Amino acid sequence: MLLYLAKRLMLMVPLLLGITLISFVVIHLAPGEPTDLQTQLNPEASTELQERLRAQYDLDKPLIVQYGKWLGRLVRFDFGDSFSQDRRPVASKIAERLPVTILINVLSIGLILAVAVPIGIVSAVRRNSHFDRLTTVFVFVGFATPSFWLALLLMDVLGVRYGLFPIVGLKSLGYDYLGWSGRILDILHHLVLPVFVSAFGGLAGFSRYMRANMLEVIRQDYILTARAKGLTEKAVICKHALRNALLPVITILGLSVPGLIGGSVIFETIFAIPGMGKLFYDGVMMRDYPLIMGILVIGAVLTLVGNLLADLGYALADPRIRHR
Amino acid sequence: MMRLNSMVGLWCALLMLGSLLLTCGCERRDGSLSGLGAEGPPVVGDTLIMGSGADAVNLLPVLSSDSASTDIQNFVYNGLVRYDKDLNIEGDLAESWEISPDNLTLTFHLRKGVRWHDGAPFTAEDVLFTYRLLVDPKTPTAYAERYLQVVEAEAVDAYTFRVRYQKPLASSLISWAFHVHPKHLLQGTDITKSPLASHPIGTGPYKFVQWQRGEKIVLEANPDYYEGPPNIHRVLYRVIPDASTMFLELQSGGLDFMGLTPLQYAMQTDTPAFRRRFSKYRYPASAYSYLGYNLRRPLFQDKRVRQALAYAIDKQEIIDGVLLGLGQVATGPYKPGSWVYNPDVQRYRYDPEKARDMLAEAGWRDIDGDGVVEKDGQPLAFTIVTNQGNDQRVKAGEIIQRRLAEVGVKVKLRVIEWAAFLKEFINPGNFDATILGWNIPPDPDGYNVWHSSKTGPRELNFIAFKNAEVDRLLEEGRGTFDKAKRKQAYDRFQEILAEEQPYTFLYVPDSLPVVASRFRGIQPAPAGITYNFIEWYVPKEEQKYRR
Repeated sequence: MLLYLAKRLMLMVPLLLGITLISFVVIHLAPGEPTDLQTQLNPEASTELQERLRAQYDLDKPLIVQYGKWLGRLVRFDFGDSFSQDRRPVASKIAERLPVTILINVLSIGLILAVAVPIGIVSAVRRNSHFDRLTTVFVFVGFATPSFWLALLLMDVLGVRYGLFPIVGLKSLGYDYLGWSGRILDILHHLVLPVFVSAFGGLAGFSRYMRANMLEVIRQDYILTARAKGLTEKAVICKHALRNALLPVITILGLSVPGLIGGSVIFETIFAIPGMGKLFYDGVMMRDYPLIMGILVIGAVLTLVGNLLADLGYALADPRIRHR
Repeated sequence: MMRLNSMVGLWCALLMLGSLLLTCGCERRDGSLSGLGAEGPPVVGDTLIMGSGADAVNLLPVLSSDSASTDIQNFVYNGLVRYDKDLNIEGDLAESWEISPDNLTLTFHLRKGVRWHDGAPFTAEDVLFTYRLLVDPKTPTAYAERYLQVVEAEAVDAYTFRVRYQKPLASSLISWAFHVHPKHLLQGTDITKSPLASHPIGTGPYKFVQWQRGEKIVLEANPDYYEGPPNIHRVLYRVIPDASTMFLELQSGGLDFMGLTPLQYAMQTDTPAFRRRFSKYRYPASAYSYLGYNLRRPLFQDKRVRQALAYAIDKQEIIDGVLLGLGQVATGPYKPGSWVYNPDVQRYRYDPEKARDMLAEAGWRDIDGDGVVEKDGQPLAFTIVTNQGNDQRVKAGEIIQRRLAEVGVKVKLRVIEWAAFLKEFINPGNFDATILGWNIPPDPDGYNVWHSSKTGPRELNFIAFKNAEVDRLLEEGRGTFDKAKRKQAYDRFQEILAEEQPYTFLYVPDSLPVVASRFRGIQPAPAGITYNFIEWYVPKEEQKYRR
């Protein structure tokens, strides 16, 4: 097992190198440079300034040299400084956005699981019942609803008209004057709408997946066996069927690890939540290469680690795989 | 956002996302009655919360050029001079100044007793330091060019600052509206790593308190301000990227001040409840949009074609469709009503008949009957490019496309992401026509945009407009200190532009700010509404935020 783990970790290194090289080349292929955007169509800025900026950012060097320098910093865990006018370290720009994004994504995945798994199970057990049909319609409505539209609607009705929920950001204006319990309640209050909106669209995928798994398992011979030996329906479903049906969920959870740091631009823009999605989008629009690369590297590492965790988790949960 | 709205430095940086809704403007005012200061003396207290679509980037004026950073810097810093409410130059940190008879030397006499927010005294050394910072090749600033014209700068004594120029420059005085940086905190440091980038220390009416990135910036009244402490105790700058969300937040009471979109102004704020809680203002923004023709293209070298296109485009229709009527037709690069504006230039009222006649006169006729005019077998067809992210430009392009089709001109419209748009189209001059916009700075010097020497790559005369008389007028205009003589030069300059139509000038949009009605003392003027921000106040019984 340890050997397997070590082998997998070793393999990740060249993979990661390849990913960074390709991303580095691809983002530099996109037309436009950060210096263009900072100096161009600004009558005060001379073309000389542009050259100076390019030299400061090493943009006048061949791409491979730029990549080498970037890689040299990366192995020392230094993402470099942002090319935007604030020139702050990329690491601190990401660090101040990451907690919010992770918090929302964890809550949202939690909510999705809490709702979608029971829906999936019940729909499978009572296939083609009214409940099954209703929830199917419900989750697909969620899937088809544009999140920006739903968000604005909820903000207008629940936020402005009834004043039940705050609509912008994650903290009240008086946040700094609250005690710690008040602060937590304040943030939770602000999180209700964003988490609901982000979870609503994700229900469909998960619940349908769960339903399909469950149906698959229920058809198996060992379920028939369980029923034949006189177990209660509850025991059959909850003990024998559910456990097996939940296995693939581990894979999905593993795959959603990189998704934890990925925010949605539209969603963050509408709720005015300073998260990773907007940071990345703005970075791309400004051709802020170090920032883009920093986020891509973190994403790549998490994807690889997520896959590994999924495989390990699967092995732990499923004896058939463990003993192979 | 306060006095120096369109920022002296940024002569005419491109209006990208129409985010400059709160730039300076003038005249017309609309909405409920408030703010004439007629209800007792101003009192201190309360907080004003402003909404902004973007977060600030860098709070050191020398290193930033985005409008959100400028908004904050205007609260925190002062220049030597500034524009007053009628856009005349008045002293700020300079009490007075002298211009030598040859117009080459400026001597500023600085105010005494002004202190930086950390208590250190402000002196001429700070001004000299700021000048050196601007021209230092190691400083990555966008503003160096104008200060490189200075041949000599000196701090004569602690309260006298003197600069000498190589040749007279009419905009030299206002260039000293640039925010003065504190020498004692910046000297000997790497400016790009300065902590002042995220915690500015200035001399201005508000002190910086806190910045939560992507969320808010908090400023507090400076009790030691040289004009006296501002009435409003605190200013909160909240970042809300989405215009609809910002409007919802305004209605729910979380914002006191924002710029409305034309749609919000015209359709969503006309309720009695809204009028009771907010005052809307409306005046022309300092910006215009245009359709620029690439004059390197043979097609556009014939003046009659450009004029015909101008006749074929219904400018008022674009204003009605795109701005819901909240704007006015532009006739040149200056703001209607400003001192330099020439109202008597040739106008091109919508006249498709005349457009067709002029095209025919230039040899463009529809011979094969396909609805598109031809000359020498070539159809009259071109592509208009514009940048993504500006809905108004795209809509204007669609309206133009339809009107030009009616006179037999085939137009394609391409919308391209900003960075690629600059790199692939504007820089190499690889486009037929483009819809873009410029800011209108208070100083009329248009040298960089219209002079024939500015047609190189990455320069601003990207349509390659070359006109010897315009060159001469621009040189005269920037070197003349006498306002009346300057106006003569620029009047003629506007006539030529109107005649030549290198751009078809489309519209000057309106600024549509809205302020919670508890704020009093707001007096719209040619400079907009924020020029007297420190005099705004909220009557004691209406104050909302106590802490």
